[in-house]
Amino acid sequence: MGELASVIFTAEFLGNSLRFATPLILAAMGGVVNERTGVLNLGMDGMMLIGAFSAFAGSYFTGNAWMGVLIAVISCLLIGLLHAFCTVTLVMNQVVVAVAINTFSMGLASSLLRTLFGTSTSALRSPGFENIAWPQALQDLPFFGPVLFQQTIFVYIAILAVPTIWWVFFKSTWGLSIRAVGEYPKAAETMGVSVTKVRYLALLFAGAMGGLSGAALSITGLNTFIDNMTAGRGFIAFACIIFGRFHPVGAGLGALMFGLAQGLQLRIQTVGIPMPYQIPIMFPYIITIVLLVAMGSGSVPAGWGTPYYPDEE
Amino acid sequence: MGEDNKKSLGFASRINWSGIVTPLIGIALGLSVGAIFIWSQGVNPLHAYYYLLEGSLLSWASLSGTLVKTVPLALTGLAVLYSYKSEIFNIGAEGQVYMGAIGATIIGINFPNVPAPLHILMVLVFAGILGGAFAFIPGYLKAYKGINEIVVTMLMNYIALYFLSMIVQGPLKEPDSFFPRSVPLVDTAVLPKLFGSHLHIGIVFAVVLAIFLSWFFRRTTTGFKMIAAGHNPNALHYAGVNVKMLLTKVMVVSGFIAGAAGAVEIMGVHGRLIENFSIGLGYDAIAVALLANLSPLGVLLSALFFGALKTGANSMQISTGIPVSFVYMVQAMVILFVVASKEMPRIIAIYNKRRRVKKNG
Amino acid sequence: MGIVLELEKITKIFPKVIANKDVDLKLEQGEVHALLGENGAGKSTLMNCLYGLYRQDGGKIYVRGEEVTINNSDDAIKLGIGMVHQHFMLVPELTVAENIILGLKSAKEPLLNLAAAEKKIKALSDKYNFGINPKDKVRTLPVGIQQRVEILKVLYREADILILDEATAVLTPQEVDELFKVVKKLTKEGKSVLIITHKLEEVMALSNQVTVLRDGEVAGNVRTVDTNPTELANMMVGREVLFEFEEKEMDLKEVYIETKNLKVVDKKGVTRVNDLSMKIHGGEILGIAGVDGNGQNELAEAITGMIPFQEGSVVIKGVEKTKLDVRDVYEQGVSHIPQDRHHTGLVLPMSIKENLVLTDHYLEPYSNKGVFNKDVVDEHGAEMIEQYYIKAPDAGVPTRELSGGNQQKIILARELCREPDILVAVQPSRGLDIGATEFVRQKLIDQRDRGAAVLLVSTELEEILQVSDRIAVMYEGEFMGVVKNGEASISEIGLMMAGTRRSNIESQGEVE
Repeated sequence: MGELASVIFTAEFLGNSLRFATPLILAAMGGVVNERTGVLNLGMDGMMLIGAFSAFAGSYFTGNAWMGVLIAVISCLLIGLLHAFCTVTLVMNQVVVAVAINTFSMGLASSLLRTLFGTSTSALRSPGFENIAWPQALQDLPFFGPVLFQQTIFVYIAILAVPTIWWVFFKSTWGLSIRAVGEYPKAAETMGVSVTKVRYLALLFAGAMGGLSGAALSITGLNTFIDNMTAGRGFIAFACIIFGRFHPVGAGLGALMFGLAQGLQLRIQTVGIPMPYQIPIMFPYIITIVLLVAMGSGSVPAGWGTPYYPDEE
Repeated sequence: MGEDNKKSLGFASRINWSGIVTPLIGIALGLSVGAIFIWSQGVNPLHAYYYLLEGSLLSWASLSGTLVKTVPLALTGLAVLYSYKSEIFNIGAEGQVYMGAIGATIIGINFPNVPAPLHILMVLVFAGILGGAFAFIPGYLKAYKGINEIVVTMLMNYIALYFLSMIVQGPLKEPDSFFPRSVPLVDTAVLPKLFGSHLHIGIVFAVVLAIFLSWFFRRTTTGFKMIAAGHNPNALHYAGVNVKMLLTKVMVVSGFIAGAAGAVEIMGVHGRLIENFSIGLGYDAIAVALLANLSPLGVLLSALFFGALKTGANSMQISTGIPVSFVYMVQAMVILFVVASKEMPRIIAIYNKRRRVKKNG
Repeated sequence: MGIVLELEKITKIFPKVIANKDVDLKLEQGEVHALLGENGAGKSTLMNCLYGLYRQDGGKIYVRGEEVTINNSDDAIKLGIGMVHQHFMLVPELTVAENIILGLKSAKEPLLNLAAAEKKIKALSDKYNFGINPKDKVRTLPVGIQQRVEILKVLYREADILILDEATAVLTPQEVDELFKVVKKLTKEGKSVLIITHKLEEVMALSNQVTVLRDGEVAGNVRTVDTNPTELANMMVGREVLFEFEEKEMDLKEVYIETKNLKVVDKKGVTRVNDLSMKIHGGEILGIAGVDGNGQNELAEAITGMIPFQEGSVVIKGVEKTKLDVRDVYEQGVSHIPQDRHHTGLVLPMSIKENLVLTDHYLEPYSNKGVFNKDVVDEHGAEMIEQYYIKAPDAGVPTRELSGGNQQKIILARELCREPDILVAVQPSRGLDIGATEFVRQKLIDQRDRGAAVLLVSTELEEILQVSDRIAVMYEGEFMGVVKNGEASISEIGLMMAGTRRSNIESQGEVE
């Protein structure tokens, strides 16, 4: 067993896992903000899908990966705006809106892929992000090199996002408004905090992070887009938030856990370990459910998932 | 959601016009937005929609294809509708369908000597039990622990997805086959086909279930309790009903229907267990139930509509080059418009009030 | 002393009712002005207009002589108007300091600068003897302290016009005294206070001036020293109040319901009902008086099986049980009028006739083997509408569209047509107008006269005194005393409500 562990838990494995975790962290940091304002956003997968596609398309047509990122963020801001308009202004059911956004995004990305790039998409490559060119000495560090210094910029953005969001939540006036709106919107409103504004901004932010996350999927390494590229990662990001009890650090750890599970799955398949590779992927979902049960119902923001009606009697 | 509709349930029997008109408006608006996309591709939307119609409804071959797609949508849509009557959002139909399919395969590849009708019944029941058992977990957690069912069912969908993947690559894998799939079902577990087409008897199951549920929600005390529990579980509890038990059962039955839907798909279409045979069905089913305005009979029509979209899209793609995936955009828009227009009266009231105030101020 | 706040001809119309019509009100600096009115008279609507939560449909607001438009609470705060809401607008998961600075720009924006705020809050708290720790989470604080946090919130924003909405509703008598002291201290410092209330004693004790609202209109405006409670009461209801019910000497039947050493601990681990024993005979009404939140509701819910109890037992018609099932209890002949008709009494979107069978839907003749007998249910609906004078076009109307009084009548009809032997009624007339209140109380008395044992829980002492045969006063889960109606003075009952045992008031009186 110890031997087996040494085959699995290598620096390469941890580096891969961190890479797998990156889009999850980015999406979860966006999601945790809007969830904390009380909007249940299951539409992250759609946002990521649009982000992945527009990053690829933007990068392909402009020839610049950074332009791809910019276009991804802008596209996802629009999706975030649509989400906010439907759930906040029109007070529509948040789950229904998310289901519609996911379906729409899937349709839009696949359709545009075919109409813009024709049917033979397999060979298309856009400019993408390479690993950061750290000094060779750092890259060659035993263990730390492969884990920390052979990564793309997105990994570092993701790692920085976690303390940043933590700081916003607990050390800034914005965070106080966000938390209050999620727990008790009416109280926030009476204190002069606009629930509508806070929820709009949070969903726009979630959109922007979804865009980054999507870009981290499509234009790092593969540099292409394939149908349903997110494969439910937006939902996993949501699970990470639940796992982390709506706390940014917890959500980040959740994303790492899912990343490790994915790394483990890859490892099992490449090393040829006699165990179904599905088991490690299923594991984090089960853990999250168990945690939910252990935490009970009190651990979610009190106003979560319930629409807020401005001045309805 | 669906309040106008539910209000008229119980005992009232007047026709619910808004329940009929709203979905039609939603469809019209959804197709209009789709038309803009088609037009932007340099194609005449009317042409494209004609091919869509031709490829889905205008010939027996296409119509039977549409109906084959309608069956799982209708059955799963009814599963979603069933729990949604109690305001429980069963996002987990997706996973329950998978579990049902696994159950169907286990029974369907064995017992070659059982008469066909009994064998089919056995498959349906066992698949339903697996689906129901899978739904019991989120149902129990929701009712007794207050844990959000949307979150739990969403997580469990992935567990089911990977479990099916594991099963079909492991214990149920057809020996010596390259593909991850089971051996075919024995003949007695295959649903009879109708009129010499691919259409199978599952369509009859869907229609019968829809008619039954329509009666069930209008006339039975259980249906009454379910709707009351959706509106105000506290009042029902105070009226002496064990609401926690009721809601758990609602979820189990919803899962049972979804599981049986998975079985019908295996017995009627694929004839064996394959991986990813119904990706997204659970989410499509939500669209079906919402477009139907939570009317069981309406589910048949909305499933037909979505089934037709999916089937017709192929011939539209061949004739005009508009990608098949385009129909997902239409589907999403239809749902957004239907739900938005249901909320409209209240939204208009809120904004009117504001305007009136501004005028005075 | 000038006028700091003036409302002129304020009108607010909701889709179905005119909540305020041409309301005038003038608040003088350094004074306490009481806005008095029954539930539903339009007091809260008026204040919400003033505070920018609603916007008035007509009329003008002047603050320190200048006409102002208040579009939201922000505007109100900027004008120095602060509101202490009846339902606290506090976020339980946040600390006191976080709640107080919520919505304010900090000096180091966007940095929260919590430490500075905590210091300032502590200073304010000390100034008024609030004894508040700014670092405490609000959810851990008792109700009286939470209210002080609300007041601090307003003071922190340097408001000089304070609105207190039904501020004493959730307080014990002692906490009320403390609150009064605070209010007096505030006015001494030149702040002006508007109290909204339906309690006459509060008006008399605290205010300098009173404006009385009735049906959304001003029914009177007087200096407090120039008036008396009777006159105010008459203004409030527009006719002589205090309807008297016919006193009737009842023959007591056997004990119908009894609790033995009942103990209820809630989910948070707080003991709500403590070692409580009581008996109610057929043909009597036991009224349970007490300040809201002293375990009365839990007692009612425990004996109907709504919530579990941890120790002791309940005896219903001679059958002793340590664990109750709601339906089983109802089948033993218990009926239950729950405390909150919207939350627990009715399914608002459903029709009158459906709500009328909510309890007995599964029984014949309403249904048979799980299938409704549509005709029977229809007929029953029509019959009840007639018998209980429910004002509605037909029994198919959703109960949401009815007035509070008519909604309560549906619950009464549903629970009383079962001819219960035991009736548990919790706050049965809360929020109703005089007519509906009288109707409800008459129905309780009718049930007693029919021979039922009635347990009445009410925080309106007037209601208890009017209909009860015996009165039990509950404080922190225990009976402070049980007396025959008329045997104890109101001040004695008041003492018991504040936690003094009757045995300590005078050494007589045996608690049954």
